[in-house]
Amino acid sequence: MVNPTTASRVSSRRARMAGRARKAGWMACVYALLAAGAVFSLLPLYWLVRSSLMSMAQIFRLPPIWIPNPPRWDNYVKAFSVVPFGRYYLNSGVITLVVVSGTVITSSLSAYAFARLRWKGRDAIFACLIASMMLPFAVTMIPLFVGWSRLGFSNTYVPLIVPAWFGGGAYNIFLLRQFYMTIPRELDESAFVDGAGYLTIYARILTPLTRPALIVVGIFAFMGSWNDFLGPLIYLSSSSKYTVSLGLRMFQGMYNAEWHLMMAASAAALLPVIVVFFIGQRYFIEGITLTGIKG
Amino acid sequence: MQAGIAAAPKRAGAIAAAENRAGWLFAAPAALGFLLFVLGPMAASLWYSFTNLTISGKWSFIGLSNYRNMFSGNDIYFYHALGVTARYVAMSVPLKIGYAFLLATLLNQPAHGKSVFRAIFYLPTIVPGVAISMIWMWLLNPDLGLVNELLRAAGLPTSKWIYSKDTVIPSLSFMSVWTTGTIAVVFLAGLQDIPRHLYEATSLDGGGAWSRFRHVTVPLMTPTIFFNLCTTLIGSFQVFAEAYIMTGGGPDNASLFYVFYLYREAFTYTRMGSACAIAWVLFLIIMAVTALVFKTSDRWVFYEGGR
Repeated sequence: MVNPTTASRVSSRRARMAGRARKAGWMACVYALLAAGAVFSLLPLYWLVRSSLMSMAQIFRLPPIWIPNPPRWDNYVKAFSVVPFGRYYLNSGVITLVVVSGTVITSSLSAYAFARLRWKGRDAIFACLIASMMLPFAVTMIPLFVGWSRLGFSNTYVPLIVPAWFGGGAYNIFLLRQFYMTIPRELDESAFVDGAGYLTIYARILTPLTRPALIVVGIFAFMGSWNDFLGPLIYLSSSSKYTVSLGLRMFQGMYNAEWHLMMAASAAALLPVIVVFFIGQRYFIEGITLTGIKG
Repeated sequence: MQAGIAAAPKRAGAIAAAENRAGWLFAAPAALGFLLFVLGPMAASLWYSFTNLTISGKWSFIGLSNYRNMFSGNDIYFYHALGVTARYVAMSVPLKIGYAFLLATLLNQPAHGKSVFRAIFYLPTIVPGVAISMIWMWLLNPDLGLVNELLRAAGLPTSKWIYSKDTVIPSLSFMSVWTTGTIAVVFLAGLQDIPRHLYEATSLDGGGAWSRFRHVTVPLMTPTIFFNLCTTLIGSFQVFAEAYIMTGGGPDNASLFYVFYLYREAFTYTRMGSACAIAWVLFLIIMAVTALVFKTSDRWVFYEGGR
């Protein structure tokens, strides 16, 4: 004879245990899928590094060796000496630096005007900028190429860096405007009453408060410029002016069977973005979130 | 007293004028940039598309000839490139969106180390396009690549991947899934915005996990899905670097993407006018597809606050 209250207590405990077991099973499933996703994301990068540290003989061995032993750091030295990658690093570095500063400065100035100031035509111009994000680059690519060539700027960095100093792209202006909107207006209004000019308000009040957003824009500009392929491909013709991406492409044409060197060169091209990514990771994801959703 | 009252609106007017001036001054870089690098080139591109401009600068007006050339099938690559791109878009967009949604759903579970996983999933998207191409050329190498090696080890059939006419587009679509981290992060933000109490309400009504997903998550995520669908579609129509580096448009033009076709017309055959016509057709196609998505959105996108 079982006491009915005991029976119900047992069955409810059983239900609770079953629920907990189901939850544990579900979480095990979640972890397994997360791990599988992580493998898919990381394995190609691991394979890149692994292959970059092997000799030609090791790389061709089947079944494949997973850990290079001994690691051949020499491949990097070789990749940098057969093609002047040092030079390409410098070129990319200069272009990227000028693009990042231009983008951060001019996009934040414009975003300030769109977020805070009342002026005639503001909304119309802002709408135009937003609409221009939909425009395929292919439409403007050819007239821009023709225009820059006529002005005598083909095979220079001018076409790659000057546009960054004119607003730095609608996307960045939009992102910064969204950030500025989240800062209470009272801050700049009280500064204004105290006699501060617009430039002072922008530089002394809004810029310090939006530092994370400016970092995001800077990182986006860095990635965009460092990773750009089509721009340099169209404009740069002499190989001494090549960027890292173009140099890598040229390298591929010359050494396309020497996978270990190609992987070393690719890994070296990747290194700066990885470093920047890990430094700015937190801000970065915040930035994507803000433009993607709160828009 | 009288003077004070009169001065106030005057001063307000002066402030408004100063603000107007400042607004224009601050926005000048962006406004000028829009004129010089967007609107001007757009108009020029449209005009060029009615000429036979070459890279040397010689041109004459030829009306609709460039367009007629494309649509009549005279230029045999137009419909071909369009078909190749359409197949790529049809394969890669659902794969990317689906996989990103799965990743975001996983990241939204109460698991440990979520920010680490998020960073890992995002990592591939920052790799330079040329390096992505090199990595995958190596992974998909039919003789020595890791992918075929793993398939062989598992006793599965191997493939020639990007080196065969039939598999090159599926291979490139599969590869595009690797860089879907940005979409996943946007999805995750959307998932985190869903109010907890809605889930609790479904639970109280006796709904299980599936019913919560079906009746709360999916409807509330439709605006985010819509946003991601539009941006991914626009991006996928413009794929270029992968084909340029990995396949050169081959084998046998099987991966001649539309922008590659345009690039070839402009910079290999130096026919700038014709390339501009190709670009405008792309623009119109992208606008039409986006408009179509917008039009159907009434039926499947749910806005919490109504419209």
